[in-house]
This record gives sequence, C-alpha cells and structure tokens, in this order.
Amino acid sequence: MNKKIITFPQLANYYVPIEYLLTHLVECEILKPPPITQKTIELGSKYSPEFVCMPFKYNLGNFIEALDLGANVLLQAGGGCRYGYYAEVQKQILSDLDYNFEFYSLTETDKIAVVSVYKTLKLLNPKLNFFKYLRVLTITFEMIHYMDKIDLYIRKNIGFETIPNSFDQLLSDMLVDFKNTTGVYNLNKLYRSYFRMFKRLEINKPNKNLKIGVIGELYTSMEPFSNYDLEKMLAKMNVEVSRYTNVTYLVITKRFNNKKMLKICNKYCKYPIGADGMDNIASAISLALEGYDGLIHIKPFGCTPEIGAMHILNKVSEDYKIPIIYFTFDNQTSIEGIKTRLEAFYDMIKMRRSK
Amino acid sequence: MRECYLGIDVGSISTKGVIIDESNKIIGTSYLWTEGNPMEAVKKVINNLERELKQKYIAIVGVGVTGSARKLIGSMVGANMVRNEITAHAIGTLSLFPNVKTILEIGGQDSKIIILEDGIVVDYAMNTLCAAGTGSFLSSQAKRLGVCIEDFGDIALKSDNPVRIAARCTVFAESDLVHKTQAGYKKEEIIAGLCDAVVNNYLNNVARGKKIKPPIVFQGGVSKNKGVIRSFEKTLNEKVYVDELGHLMGALGIAILSRETKLRKPFSFKITNEKFETKGHECSNCPNHCEIVSIYKNKKLIDVWGNRCEKGAK
Repeated sequence: MNKKIITFPQLANYYVPIEYLLTHLVECEILKPPPITQKTIELGSKYSPEFVCMPFKYNLGNFIEALDLGANVLLQAGGGCRYGYYAEVQKQILSDLDYNFEFYSLTETDKIAVVSVYKTLKLLNPKLNFFKYLRVLTITFEMIHYMDKIDLYIRKNIGFETIPNSFDQLLSDMLVDFKNTTGVYNLNKLYRSYFRMFKRLEINKPNKNLKIGVIGELYTSMEPFSNYDLEKMLAKMNVEVSRYTNVTYLVITKRFNNKKMLKICNKYCKYPIGADGMDNIASAISLALEGYDGLIHIKPFGCTPEIGAMHILNKVSEDYKIPIIYFTFDNQTSIEGIKTRLEAFYDMIKMRRSK
Repeated sequence: MRECYLGIDVGSISTKGVIIDESNKIIGTSYLWTEGNPMEAVKKVINNLERELKQKYIAIVGVGVTGSARKLIGSMVGANMVRNEITAHAIGTLSLFPNVKTILEIGGQDSKIIILEDGIVVDYAMNTLCAAGTGSFLSSQAKRLGVCIEDFGDIALKSDNPVRIAARCTVFAESDLVHKTQAGYKKEEIIAGLCDAVVNNYLNNVARGKKIKPPIVFQGGVSKNKGVIRSFEKTLNEKVYVDELGHLMGALGIAILSRETKLRKPFSFKITNEKFETKGHECSNCPNHCEIVSIYKNKKLIDVWGNRCEKGAK
C-alpha cells in the first residue's frame, strides 16, 4: 500500500500545534495544506452546495489542493452547528470527485472529545499508547495556549508598532521554534523568552487609544484570509483590538464558562442559541462594560447561530450605548465596501470619543 | 490672497467639486457627470472651478477627496484628506443643519442612512447587496418609459394614485413594471409607483432597524426627484428637508475635513495640463491574482495599490 500522507484544513497559525501533535503520534507523512489563496476558495465554491456556510468552502478547497499534492488521509473536526456535518458531506463530495483517500473525523468516534481524538488517531497508528497520547496532547494544548496568549498581546499592540512588520517577523520566528520544541519545559522557556522579546518591541501607544472588540463566528474571526485581514486593517488605523474567540477558548475555556456567560447575558438570552451565538452576546456585554469604543461582529454568509445573535446584539448596542457594525463575508464580498464601512466606523467612534 | 480648500466627490454617476474659504463658506461649485472616466471628470471640474474663480484672488492650500474613486483621484490631485463618503456627508450636512438627526442619502449606485445625536454620527448603514432603489435604477426605468430623468419627479407629482410595484429587487421590479404598463396603467401612475418603490426598498433594506427621528435631511442625486421626496414624507409622516446644495454635501464635507487637518498641501489648477495614466495588471506571483493598479503622472509612477502581500510590490 502507498505511504499515508495526512492533511487537515487550514486555520490561521494553528497548523503548528496540529502538525506537532500528528508528527509525534502518527507514523504518516504530514502535508500542510498550501496557504489559502483565491484559488482555494474558487475550488471550494465550485464543488460546494451554493448555500453552505463559507468555512465549508474554504475547508473543501484546502482538501482539494492538498489531495492534488498527493495527500491521501484527511482529518476534519466538528462542532455545534452545521460544522457537525462538514466531515460527512465533504467526504461524499470528494469521493464523488473520484479522489482516493481515507477520511477521519476527530470528534465522531466517542462522546468524550479527548477519547474520541485518541480513538481516531489509533486508527492511523494502531501501536499508539494512551499515555504517550496524553503527554503529547498536553504539550499541544500548552502550545495553543501560549500562542493565544501571545496573540492577545499582539492584537492589543501591533497597531502601534514603530518598526513596520516587527511583530509579524517575531511571530514567524516564534512559530518555527515552537514547532521544534522538545518538551513541556522547553516550550515554557520559549514562551517566556518570546513574550519578553515581544514586550521589548518598540511601540508608540498613546494613553487613550481607541479600542475595538471583534466578536462573531469562529472561523471568520480566526482565519485572516476569510475576513480580508480585518485585524490588519484595524491595526493600520492604530486601534487596539480584542477578541475572545480563539482555540483555547473554544476547546477549553468555553466548557467551564457556560454558566457565567449565561448569567452575563441573562437579560437577553436565557439559553445557548447554538455554536457561539450566546457567547458572543456575553462577550459584547463584557467588552461594553470594559469601556470598548466599538464592536465588530463578523460572520460568514449563511451562519445561522450568528444571525440569531445579531438581533439580540442590536438590543445590547442600544442598551449599552456601544456601536456595533456587522460584516458578512462570502466569496462575493467586495473588499472596497468593507474598507469604506470600516473607515466610517472608525471615524464614528473617534467622533464619539472626542465628545 | 485668500486661503481656500477644494473638496471633490467622485461618485459613480456624478462628480462634484466645491471650494470653501476659512469660514466654510462655499465660494465655488461644479457638478457634472462622471461618464465612466473619473480622471477626465475631475479635470473638467477643476477647469470649471478655475474659470469661475478667476477674478478672485485665492490659493488652494488643501484638497480633500471622497466618493468611490477617492483613492485614484486622491493620488492624482495630491490630496491631504481622503475619506469615505459616510463621514464626508455627515460633516457636510452638519455644517448646514447642525441639528440634523437623520440623513437619508440615495446616490447613483449606493444608498446610505446616517443617524446622528448631538452632532455626532452614532449609527449608519449602507446598501450592501443590491442596487435596487438607487439612482441608476430610476434612470434605467426612465429610459424604458421614454421620459427624461429630470422630469421624473414632476410627472410623479401629477398622480395621486401610484401603482404598487414590487421593490425587493431590481429585476423583479422591472418585470412588475412591464406587467403594469402592458395592463394599461397610465405613465404618471407608474412613475409615482416607482418613486414609492424606491422609498419602500430603502426603508426596508438600508434603514432596517434604524430609528428615523426628525429633523430628516434627504440628499444625494435622487433628492432632486420631487416624487421620491413626496413618497418619503408620506411614508415617514415627517417633514423631509432637501437642500438646494444637497448633491454637494459630500464635497463640502470633505473640503471641511481638509481644512481641519493641520497638514497644508498647496494645489495648482495647472494639474489639468498634466498627463495621467493608469495601468492595471494581474499579479501572477501566487494564485491570489491580485489586481494591481499603477498610476503614472507624465509617465512617472506615483502610486500603486491592490496587492495583498509584498510579492506584488515591484
């Protein structure tokens, strides 16, 4: 039989920990999907149902590009909305396209996520030992956690960097080192030294800078290509950006925060409304109370939980007097329209602030 | 020599130019069709303004540009202020109506609503999906009915009995319109119905969920249409103010913004003699295929944009 070449959908910089996890647990070659480009989304849209949500099309495009490069094992995850059907539908579409591959969904084999991932990986590597798995998984999550912490710092400060690209440069150095980490201790050391380096990067941050919170659907808020580098556009306007949604939050924090979140948005929303809808309402309220100047809500075209959240957010915006702008992304979205509305939003919050 | 500021608003259909002095007083205006060539249109606007103000001793010390071609024209004229239409319209309108609470704006291809409180913008929206209910929709329907778009409003006012036309989408509105003409409705009733349709579409799409409070100012090219004004007043049950200078608000606003920046950038009317050229090409360094536009002044490159990464910057 041919050698197994494994691939997975692209999501921001998270390929680093995923690659780490797979390299240490599975005896397959790993093929990182090529960076998302216009071609990825064209391929994805061509073979997807027209009205499916955007991330589906991106993921499918990633798979097709990787399959064309020789990948033959595909990994997909799942979640609490249409995301749960991604694996099954994508598998069907790709086999209809006559590709030869094995398809594994990480979250389908057991109810407990940790066990489910183990069971899936065990299919790929029958000799896999559960304790080794736990050890590598811990390091992977530690890595994700550190990356997210650094990201948080970057988002708050990158808009004020004095040397262009200094943050991005350091980040890519960090990712290379993280990838080659030797263990828990080494990773922790790397994290601390990089955090120090980030803090040493020169910034020119005024005392009362504008602060914008980004909320919304997880894929479009995390994958910069899918939101036309929205966070970079904001950085260019010298704005401090905050976003709660990241993998640490989705995989770990969210599980423990459900009750707290419901309590925060009790007045508007008494039960979770699917995926991260309720979380985003709670985040909006928290950000408003923290004194943020404005919120940007983003979602891909066709995202039902977020459409539900939007109507409630209108109310939040009124009650807490915080402006919220809504962006919907699909492959037809014109970047000029987004730039214009974003610029107007910036002008608006600046005017409000100066009053 | 008086220090003055030039504001240019380059829209899809029309190009507007305004010159103001230090006290925001308008001393010269020009308004003409863009006709698909923003650079030529701007040159013409500048020429017109030069002719108009020949006798007055003025020096332009700052230029602001807004509208959909703001980036291109901004580099062409060397603007010290390039800003979006929403901000420009708000600032311009506030200078004439300091108490305004709602600005309705319908232009050639886009329409927007701006909500203000105590002189600052608190909310806004812009049409994002469809051009139904904008100026170009009205002018194409005028052509279909064989009337001049300038007479559209007056004809609409003749009818007290507008027909109902589906306004959700341009294509459906058009088939509805054909059906109504074939069914024998009078032209003025159909035209009045179109005005209602534009207003309904605007209120259902752009202004959805926004609280429209008086005083209401209506502007943009379509505000010249008396039929649409009447429909707005009927539907909103409020007085809708339309200023004679309503079509110039964007240009006025951007001129004011240009004055408010500390930056001074002298501008010469001679710019109309320079030769400007743009070249577009698709970058082939990666599958993103960014469309890169380069602008040349007398064969010398002055600005490039459109690339998503460094690869395209040459």
